[in-house]
Amino acid sequence: MQLSREQMLQAYRRMKIIREFEERLHIDIATGAIAGFTHLYCGQEAVAVGVCEHLDTDDKIVSTHRGHGHCLAKGCDVDGMMKEIWGSREGLCKGKGGSMHIADVDVGMLGANGIVGAGAPIAVGAALAAKLDGKGKVAITFSGDGACNQGTTFEAMNMAVVTKAPCIFVFENNHYSEHTGFEYAVGTQQDIASRAEAFGMRVWRADGTDFFAVHETMRELLEYVRAGNGPAAVEFDTERFFGHFEGDPQRYRGEGELDRIRETRDCLKKFRASVVSAKVLTDADLDTIDAEVLDQIEAAVVAARAAPRPTSEDVLADVYVAY
Amino acid sequence: MAKMMYRDAVRSTIFEAMERDERVVVLGEDVVGGMGTAGGPEAIGGIWSTSTGFYDAFGPDRVIDTPISESAIVGAAGGLALAGKKPIAELMFADFIGVSLDQIWNQIAKFRYMFGGKSTCPAIIRMAYGGGFNAAAQHSQSVHHFLTAMPGLKVVMPSTPEDVRGLLREALRGDDPVIFLEHKALYGVTGEVPDGDWTIPFGHARLTRAGQDLTLVATGLMVSRCEAAADALAKDGIGCDVIDLRTTSPMDEEAILDSVEVTGRLVVVDEAPQRCSLATDISALVAQKAFASLKAPIEMVTAPHSPVPFALELEQAYLPSAAKIEAAARKVLGYR
Repeated sequence: MQLSREQMLQAYRRMKIIREFEERLHIDIATGAIAGFTHLYCGQEAVAVGVCEHLDTDDKIVSTHRGHGHCLAKGCDVDGMMKEIWGSREGLCKGKGGSMHIADVDVGMLGANGIVGAGAPIAVGAALAAKLDGKGKVAITFSGDGACNQGTTFEAMNMAVVTKAPCIFVFENNHYSEHTGFEYAVGTQQDIASRAEAFGMRVWRADGTDFFAVHETMRELLEYVRAGNGPAAVEFDTERFFGHFEGDPQRYRGEGELDRIRETRDCLKKFRASVVSAKVLTDADLDTIDAEVLDQIEAAVVAARAAPRPTSEDVLADVYVAY
Repeated sequence: MAKMMYRDAVRSTIFEAMERDERVVVLGEDVVGGMGTAGGPEAIGGIWSTSTGFYDAFGPDRVIDTPISESAIVGAAGGLALAGKKPIAELMFADFIGVSLDQIWNQIAKFRYMFGGKSTCPAIIRMAYGGGFNAAAQHSQSVHHFLTAMPGLKVVMPSTPEDVRGLLREALRGDDPVIFLEHKALYGVTGEVPDGDWTIPFGHARLTRAGQDLTLVATGLMVSRCEAAADALAKDGIGCDVIDLRTTSPMDEEAILDSVEVTGRLVVVDEAPQRCSLATDISALVAQKAFASLKAPIEMVTAPHSPVPFALELEQAYLPSAAKIEAAARKVLGYR
């Protein structure tokens, strides 16, 4: 499918927002300005955006501990997210969740998740709700090559197949589950998609660093799932530009590996090369977006720094609706 | 007013809710039963007969028969709730909660808080708990104590058919996740259930016996054992308050404290082992807030610190009985 110029500009902007959001967090975490555990999505932007560009707010996604990209791609507010990660009471979750628990049900984002593999069953439930509503909506769970080893993921895949839930299992294989290599931890030593296939799902595979490949794959896949064929899975081969968590010394990386993947596997560089060589967008178009996004992120940080902090009175708020 | 069994109160209350509100969805293992067999579907209707007839009435999208996948059952209930439905998930035995604990403890209990109050998760997780069936260590346990310790959950323990109806309706009307604990030994118990559209608010205990001399506090099956002990003591002219907490989260602290302020003597009865239990929790509450009223040390009648044993004699020795409660009461009454 040919994307319009506007669609391409929007997709690039969204990927760039994720990239700069994460690059900036990397800096502000290193200086100690931001507290807590943070897992950066940087490098995998083409997957989140290539998937979510097909969705509207009634389609649901469930994310992971590495969830900023999914949240931003699904439409969570940039300022609200930055404030949340800075721990402000004006954050998207009032400073209660932080990096690992960003959610906004109003945009169909049912939560990042601090527990690897916990999202898949939740997505099956959201998909069952969509099936009951009968409007062709779907629920998507993002899982990494770590979560693909969790029993919850297996349970969820089987239950989705059994119940014909419109649930999509998006596996982002970034080759590392925490600090352990895919080749070691995934016992089949093959791919992840073949596991999903063994559960009885139709599966797709694509290069997760190529936005256009992700987008086209998801177009096909979503058409299949929205038509009522039950669940499906896709594996995107992608790269994680930072460590498992911020502060991870990444001693498990090969010599020159990070430079190499930044050089050859950067989805933003690949996008730019592709659209500029095809003469559908110009370097100037993209440079303009780059500059605007940098300003937007800077403004978000300025706002987050100045935003009010929660107080001890806020601790007990929102444990229950009524108690 | 109708007489009905505890299990029928569960079934009819859910059925009525499903008729009234199309967001209500039931899911669990064998809630339909017989799927994929010559005899099914509806060969079972729930292992406790609490969903008989649901499948025929509401179909597979609202009566979701699941594989044996407790994590996925509870997780799916969470996802359904976040997506605007009112799921009622059944874990066949409360003991299976271990398999699904992450989804209960880290997920549904915390969504609202972690998400800054923007979401609700009105998922009801029903489960059959408790001993007395020689079902041994993995099919007999009481789990209310550690669920009560989890912020974000409400924990309900109905002891009568009437309470089943009122408390389940209340759970369905609310927007918080609820653990609904049904004692296996109560499913066959019959009681009066009033007609009409009424509920029982959470955190309101029921005084099932009134007296001036001693306070007995219990939940679930233990309530009737306290009543039996109280009736035996009444023959000696000893009057007991028997407090059925009905919900352990929220808990009606006031009912306990008000009673102890009058009686000055307390026996707490708990089917779970004593360490870090509801019994110790209530004892701490009374020691802290009604210390001056106490005329004797608090007694706790609980299970011992062991897994639930299999053999008849062992399980009888394990479970709190009316005789053990009566003995504890006499000890408290005989102090000084």
